[in-house]
Parts: sequence; structure tokens; C-alpha cells
Amino acid sequence: MTVPLSYYLVLSGIMFLTGVIGVLLRRNIIIILLSVELMLNATNINFVAFSQYFHNVAGQVFVFFTLTVAAAEVAVGLAIIIALYRAKSTINIDEFQMLKW
Amino acid sequence: MSLYGTDLLALLPELIVVLTACVVIALDPVTPASRRDLLAWLSVGALALCLGLTGWQISVENVRVSAFSDLVAIDAYARFWKVLLYSVTGVTIVLSLPYLKAERIHLGEYYGFILLALSGMLVMVSAVDLLTIYLGTELMSISLYVMTGLNRSKPRSLEASAKYFVLGAFSSGILLYGISLLYGLAGSTKLASIAGAIGTRGTEDPLVLIATILIAVGFSFKLAAVPFHMWTPDVYQGAPTSITAFLAVASKAASFAAFIRVFVEGLGGLKADWSILFLIISILTLVLGNVVAIVQTNIKRMLAYSSIVHAGYVLIGFVAAGRGDGASGGTPGLASVMMYLAIYSFMTLGAFAVIGMLRKGGMEGEEIEDFAGLAKRQPLAAFLMLVFMASLAGIPPTAGFIAKFYVFMAAVEAGLAWLAAVALIFAAVSAYYYMRVVMVMYMREPSSSSVAPPQLATSPALSFVLACAVAGVILFGLFPNPLVSFALQSVLTLK
Repeated sequence: MTVPLSYYLVLSGIMFLTGVIGVLLRRNIIIILLSVELMLNATNINFVAFSQYFHNVAGQVFVFFTLTVAAAEVAVGLAIIIALYRAKSTINIDEFQMLKW
Repeated sequence: MSLYGTDLLALLPELIVVLTACVVIALDPVTPASRRDLLAWLSVGALALCLGLTGWQISVENVRVSAFSDLVAIDAYARFWKVLLYSVTGVTIVLSLPYLKAERIHLGEYYGFILLALSGMLVMVSAVDLLTIYLGTELMSISLYVMTGLNRSKPRSLEASAKYFVLGAFSSGILLYGISLLYGLAGSTKLASIAGAIGTRGTEDPLVLIATILIAVGFSFKLAAVPFHMWTPDVYQGAPTSITAFLAVASKAASFAAFIRVFVEGLGGLKADWSILFLIISILTLVLGNVVAIVQTNIKRMLAYSSIVHAGYVLIGFVAAGRGDGASGGTPGLASVMMYLAIYSFMTLGAFAVIGMLRKGGMEGEEIEDFAGLAKRQPLAAFLMLVFMASLAGIPPTAGFIAKFYVFMAAVEAGLAWLAAVALIFAAVSAYYYMRVVMVMYMREPSSSSVAPPQLATSPALSFVLACAVAGVILFGLFPNPLVSFALQSVLTLK
């Protein structure tokens, strides 16, 4: 028995929305970073599911690139967060208010 | 599978840029601080070489070359943007030198990161596969996150970097989800296959529309179009001024180049739908950008809103391309977009160069009030700022007027005369806040004599580049024909 394509799409849709809501509602910058990762992984599920459905590997190749880019992004992101934490002793984005109109 | 020589040869300029970036980063630790200028000049030299190569390609045979099994295509359109990006990056490096020294953040890896961001942009402008477009965008963005936070001693710079990073990663996630849905429609990420799949599936398919909207949102973040502009003022204000210039000019031009290629070559079948979407976004961008720019007191923040507004004008040209029917199709609209961005790049770079030069007692003078009485102390700098501000406002005979003129003409030709009229009204509004800077420079005395008078951080190379920018802004205003014909021969065909 194979799992139909629509199941994967619903799962990835729910994951993606969870990530979007997390970015918009959570105030801790680490949790926001995790939510972004959730969004990227939702797209990976899409790519692999479609790749299986079409019987071509383009989607799986895309997943490898996405994973690599996500790793690079997290490395830079965490470096920025550490530098910011040293300067301001907080990672709550509500307290980053030096720049505002 | 092996790499073919012809593929590598087609990407020779990109390879030179990446290689130079690696050499600069490798040489940085062994270069004494007094000789770091050499790294900057090495980068400028590599850019000049690439500019020469691309210029030679344009003059010899300006045809489409596909490389790496259709992942990238070097065509006339890509070469137009490449020429623009090399020049803009070279100017940015030259204007960075005195600025970074005055701010005491003259680091060798700065040039490496600029070149890495540039290589991402070069991939973006020539990519014809969503995979390469995504990779180019990320290479550019990740380098820019780092450069925004370059001034580690200033919490403001770090805060801008964190905000840019969070919203940039968020928008990339949205863009990527749209890409995955398009892959699900077409079974391939190549723009040509996606165009074919949309042709067979029809435009009413809800999945097509969701994917288009997600991709439009993802790109709108990168273009800083309202309502996805919130990061722009904060990042532009917090970043070092030379990086702000690079962000406002190069990253915007490359994002528009990739954005236009995706929507014209990949989603051209949906142009009736997306032109309405971007029509709404462009009007929102013009209204909000102009109104909020009026109340700004920090000049970098004011120019951030100005850059948002200019994205709105560019989108008008793009909407005109989508709505244009008949024999000419979208050509006038797309050509006006390319010209607008080229002219915008030089006047914005010039304005940021003057801001970066202005020092007030060792600090950066970036409040509009700091410009008070500049015309008496530094008449030349004040005059340069006057020319750039007049051009940004679109006052003839500057190039900014020509740029707006062609965009408005394209809108009128596409039957959107009312849109051109609305944009014209907002151009008049924008003249208010640009001319306020001029008024402060020429009419007002400095508020108190106790404050140290503004000084200039400059260099002979910077003066030369500024002279070229001013000459360009005025000459293209008087004789726009070379630029017009260059844009027309480089334009994409919208089916």
C-alpha cells in the first residue's frame, strides 16, 4: 500500500503554516529560527513527495541544496544572534528597538 | 557526467569573481593593516576584467548561451545586468575605502564578502532554473546578512543584521515553498518547462495561483515592496553606509532581474493575473513610501523609504509590460524597467557616497540637520548632493527625469494613463522631501556653533567616481539614447 500524494501535501502544508505562525507570533529569536527551519523542511517534504510522484530525481537534488543552504543560513544566523546577545544580553526581539520610526 | 570546457568558459566572469573572493579572503590574514588597500584594488581590478569580458561578448556576438544543462543562460538580458552589477560593485568598493577607514572597520574580508554577494547576484541574473535562482538569492542574502552586521562594536548594526536575517530567511522560506509547488505542477524546476505546464493546465488551477502568490510574496520581500518592506528602513539605517548603498542598489537590481525573468519566462502565461497583483502592490508602495518618507529626520532612513518608492515606480513599468498588447508586447515596459534601475543605481550610489563622506567630530553625520550650512563649508559636496537629490526627485535635465518619463510612457502605451497620473502626483510629493535636504544645505545655518563642523572623509579615487556619477546623471539626462538602445537590445520577449 502506498501513501497517496495528497497526504504528503497536507502534512507539508500544516508544517509550513506552523512555521509561518511561529515566526509571526514567537518573540524569542532562537524559536523564530527554528520556525524558519520548519518552513524549509515543509518544502523538503513537498520536493521529495513530488519527486516520488513524477519518478524523477530533480526534487531530491533540490532537497540536498536546500539542506546545505539551510545549514549555512543557521551558521550565519547563530553567529549574529551570539554577537547580539553579547551586546544587549537579550534575545527577545521586542527589546531590539533602537531602530524604529 | 563531466564538466565541459564550454560551460566553464561561458561562466568565466563569474569564476573570476568567485576566485578573487577566495584569494582576497585567503590573503587577508597575511596582509598588514597598512596595505589592506591592495585587497580593495585587487577586487576592483578583477571587476574591471569581468566588465571588459562581458563588454567584449556584447560587442562580438550578443547571443544566448546555455550552460550546465540549462541551469544558467547567458543572454543579452543577463549581460545588461552583469555590466550594471560590475560597475555598481566597483563603485561601492571605491566609496567603501575612506568610509571604512574613518569608521575603523577596515577589514579585508569585507571585500571578499562583497565579491561573494556579487557572484550570487550574477547567478541570479543569468539563472533559468528555479534551483539556480534560489541558490543565487541565498548566496547574495547570506553575504549581505554578514556585511550588515560588520560594525560589531555598534549594537545598532547588529540589530539591523538580526532583523535582516530573520525577515530574509522567512521570505526565502516562502519563496522556496512556492518553488516546491511549481515543481509539483511541472515535474521540473526549469522555467521553460514550468511555462509549458502552465500552458497545459490553464490559469484557473488553484495550485498555480497559490504558487504564484507565494513566489510574488517571496520576491516582494527582496524588492522591498509594500506591504513587505518593514525590514528596509531599519536595515538601511543600521548597516554601515557603504553596505546600505550596496543593498539599496545592487541587491535591488539583481532581485528585480531574477524576479522579471521568473515572471516573464516562467509565469508569462499568467500575466493577466500577476499584473493586477503588482498593480495593487505598486500603488500601495507609492502611497506608503512617500507619506512615511516625509516625516523622516535621519537621511539614511529617508533614502530607505525613497528606495521603497523607487521600487514602486519600477513595478509600474513591469505592470505596463504585463498589460501591454499588440505588436510591441511588453518590450517598452521591460526596457523602461531596466533603464530605471540603471539610472536609479547611479544616483542612489552617489547620494550614499556623499552621506558616507560627511563626518561630524569622528562620528557619522546622518541626521538631515547635520547637513545644515553644508553649502558654505563644503560647496562641492553640497552641489553633488543637490544634483543627486534633483535626479532622485526626477527633475529635468537629470537622468532621474528620463527614467520616470520612460516608465510613465510605457504605462500610457499600455492603456494605464490613470496609473501614470497617480504616479506623477506622487513624484511631486517626493520632490518635497528631496528638496528639503537641499533647502537645509543651502538655506539654513548650523543650529549651534559649539558642535564640531562637518568634515569630509574622502580620497582621490572617490572624487573621481563621484565626478563620473554626476557626469552620468547629467549626460544621460541630456542624451539618453545610448542607454535606451542598450536596454531595448537586451530586453526579454514576453510571450
